[in-house]
Amino acid sequence: MKVLMFGWEFPPKIYGGLAVASYGITKGLSLQGDVETVFCMPKPTGDEEGFLKIVGMNQVPIVWRDVNYDYLKSRLHAKMTPEEYYAYRDKIYADFSYMNVNDLGCMEFAGGYPGNLHDEINNFSIIAGVVARQQEFDIIHAHDWLTYPAGVHAKMVSGKPLCIHVHATDFDRSRGKVNPTVYSIEKNGMDYADCIMCVSELTRRTVINEYHQDPRKVFAVHNAVYPLSQEYQDIPRPDHSKEKIVTFLGRITMQKGPEYFVEAAAMVLKRTRNIRFVMAGSGDMLNAMINLVAERGIADRFHFPGFMKGKQVYEVYKNSDVFVMPSVSEPFGIAPLEAMQCGTPSIISKQSGCGEILSKVIKTDYWDIHAMADAIYSICTNQSLFEYLQKEGKAEVDGITWEKVGLKVRSLYEDVLRNYNK
Amino acid sequence: MKTICLYFEIHQIIHLKRYRFFEIGSDHYYYDDFANEQGINEIAERSYIPALNTLIQMAKENEGAFKVALSISGVALEQLEIYAPAVIELLHELNNTGCCEFLCEPYSHGLSSLANEDCFKEEVGRMRKKIKDYFGQEPKVFRNSSLIYNNEIGGMVANMGFKGMLIEGAKHVLGWKSPHYLYHCVENPNLKLLMRDFKLSDDISLRFSNSDWSEYPLFADKYIGWIDSMPESEQVINIFMELSALGYFQPLSSNILDFIKALPVCAKQKGITFSTPTEIVTKLKSVDGMDVPYPMSWVDEERDISPWLGNVMQREAFNKLYSVAERVYLCDDKRIKQDWDYLQASNNFRFMTTKETGVAFNRGIYDSPFDAFTNYMNILGDFIKRVNSLYPVDMENEELGSLLTTIKNQGAELVQLNAEVSKLQKKLADAEKKLAKEAKPAPKKTASTTAKKTTKTTATKKSSEKSED
Repeated sequence: MKVLMFGWEFPPKIYGGLAVASYGITKGLSLQGDVETVFCMPKPTGDEEGFLKIVGMNQVPIVWRDVNYDYLKSRLHAKMTPEEYYAYRDKIYADFSYMNVNDLGCMEFAGGYPGNLHDEINNFSIIAGVVARQQEFDIIHAHDWLTYPAGVHAKMVSGKPLCIHVHATDFDRSRGKVNPTVYSIEKNGMDYADCIMCVSELTRRTVINEYHQDPRKVFAVHNAVYPLSQEYQDIPRPDHSKEKIVTFLGRITMQKGPEYFVEAAAMVLKRTRNIRFVMAGSGDMLNAMINLVAERGIADRFHFPGFMKGKQVYEVYKNSDVFVMPSVSEPFGIAPLEAMQCGTPSIISKQSGCGEILSKVIKTDYWDIHAMADAIYSICTNQSLFEYLQKEGKAEVDGITWEKVGLKVRSLYEDVLRNYNK
Repeated sequence: MKTICLYFEIHQIIHLKRYRFFEIGSDHYYYDDFANEQGINEIAERSYIPALNTLIQMAKENEGAFKVALSISGVALEQLEIYAPAVIELLHELNNTGCCEFLCEPYSHGLSSLANEDCFKEEVGRMRKKIKDYFGQEPKVFRNSSLIYNNEIGGMVANMGFKGMLIEGAKHVLGWKSPHYLYHCVENPNLKLLMRDFKLSDDISLRFSNSDWSEYPLFADKYIGWIDSMPESEQVINIFMELSALGYFQPLSSNILDFIKALPVCAKQKGITFSTPTEIVTKLKSVDGMDVPYPMSWVDEERDISPWLGNVMQREAFNKLYSVAERVYLCDDKRIKQDWDYLQASNNFRFMTTKETGVAFNRGIYDSPFDAFTNYMNILGDFIKRVNSLYPVDMENEELGSLLTTIKNQGAELVQLNAEVSKLQKKLADAEKKLAKEAKPAPKKTASTTAKKTTKTTATKKSSEKSED
């Protein structure tokens, strides 16, 4: 089975959770043995792993240019050969010379999430038309709303079934106040899709209720985590018998509910002093949170170390006694799983999708700061609870693998193909 | 001749309220009165009242051929007193038929038998007295909370003078043996053991209304037929369950009460009788000792104590609770003693279980085992603080115990001396009377005042000694 996949991010360049999830799903599919994936993304670095075919959309021509072989060779990155370039060039389907193209007839992408995101999304879908004409495949799979237009375009061109993967909806990002442009792109993609895979039952409900989709084509496919590398495993856990550390790690934005964490911290600190709170990450609510911490008078016990990346993230996890994710609406939320891999007990909001597959965590409502404070206090003071969550939590997370996710995605593909055009 | 020993248990936990850690030290009331009232009323209405009415009717109709045993935990009895006195009236009515035996169990329905012998004996003694006061029967047979039993517990129970004990007929203990005989405790052969037939018991309490069950629908003649077809030498069939199985776990709409009602009639046709546990332990001889080195219970597939002490959280809570057992035992603060009873109830530990049994389990107000643990530990934190504030924390329990014994002994001495004083006073008065009869009443006045004076001085002297300690 051959899959044409559209994604926006892929490791090693990571902007957010989407890259990790895209990697996991494609890896899980590749472990099936008989699934071949072509992954189209705006701007590959050239260092992506080789278990799947990467297509850099910034080097697929949309305007016919006469370039010679050697020059091409020097210009193309590791993921594209001149032969492939010529093959794509043969499939140019319209006159795009009015667009801003370079000497290869390709469009440049800034990568990530720049200011002209909507233009890039549009360009991405134009190029997808070329790729869909050139490639041979059985099914289309588009990750997140940025690539839905590309997926829909590919479906129009090829007549193959479209699966879309909902990693988040605008309802999660905006606490209900959706951006109409984004909503229309999302809705259009879902309307054209033959199968909608959501990262949790929670997201599935949103898709059904807010985007009015047929429940029969909407499925929950939960994310997973990769086992920790030896390097991360070897990070030691510092001794915290005297002072405990409670951590929030993520974007400090409305969606993640940082203010509830601060309020809970204030409650805990009213009672005891040997606990420190850490809010790692950055975001548009950072300054507001610093203000709030000062207002509650807990700044001596509350720290903002800033944005963490790579190994730092795992050092923070390992240095924590409790990890808290009070998200107001979290489609999945991979962070608690990573914390649990590091042996750190997690408290998550009931509004988090990952809670559906985790039982060895404490779940509270995001707004219930009393319950959250109580849970924090309990883990910090009762050694047995800490030990139980640490040991059993790790065992639970170790059982959640991308391979199982790949199996599920593949069986959904098969169902879609069986019922398509019938 | 075969005999059926039918036994029902009545226990309802006192529900704890949502107690956050910031309330530690400021709020000493731990209970959710609304949940308690609502819970006990629901169970009384749906199960206890109709079930007891049926048992009373059966006792009256069968003229002594039907017998049943009941036990009630102390905490349940307290709740019934407050919220559902109608159930207690029915219990009295059942008691008056003379066909019902009341057994003894730990007052709190807790796990003290596994933790602290003094504490266990104290609460069993208290329950024994309560049953005597209520129903005029001195309980001779004991059942532990959730039928928890091992050799050691058997020994303790035997030492308290019980003749028999109900235990689970667990496969891992019985092996090839049959539960349909009377056994005895290996530590003390005077304690006879009645072993529950879990298959026949669960057929009623777990499966009766399950339409997927291969034996559904179960009728009394079929059920008695199974008992009748057992080998002739197997004489005791012990059917033990919670009373709430009738009507609550098996809904009344399944006609479970009609099934129960039909049992004595069908049994009579086959020549099977009903007996109370005491009748069985006095009439029958034990065939063998039953060696139970590890604690077992009647809960879950494993029939061990893992539902209460299976994970580290449960064990920490258990150890923390019983770490103050001696102090609570020594103190005489009524509210602390009462909280101690309620906090011990095994259900509190059950709420923290992380076992996946596949059987639906109601955790009450708690979302998860962690929630249950956190709430309980918060309450326990406050409780332990209160207990510790009674006596200095750094004092050894033994030391404290001996001091308290001294005080107690002095108190006893005081009573004794006072008694002596009053005896002497009486003697003196008698002597005076005699004297007055003989002589004129003139010297009487002086004598009585001196006597009074002496009493007073001894009393004050003794009490000052006490306060110094």
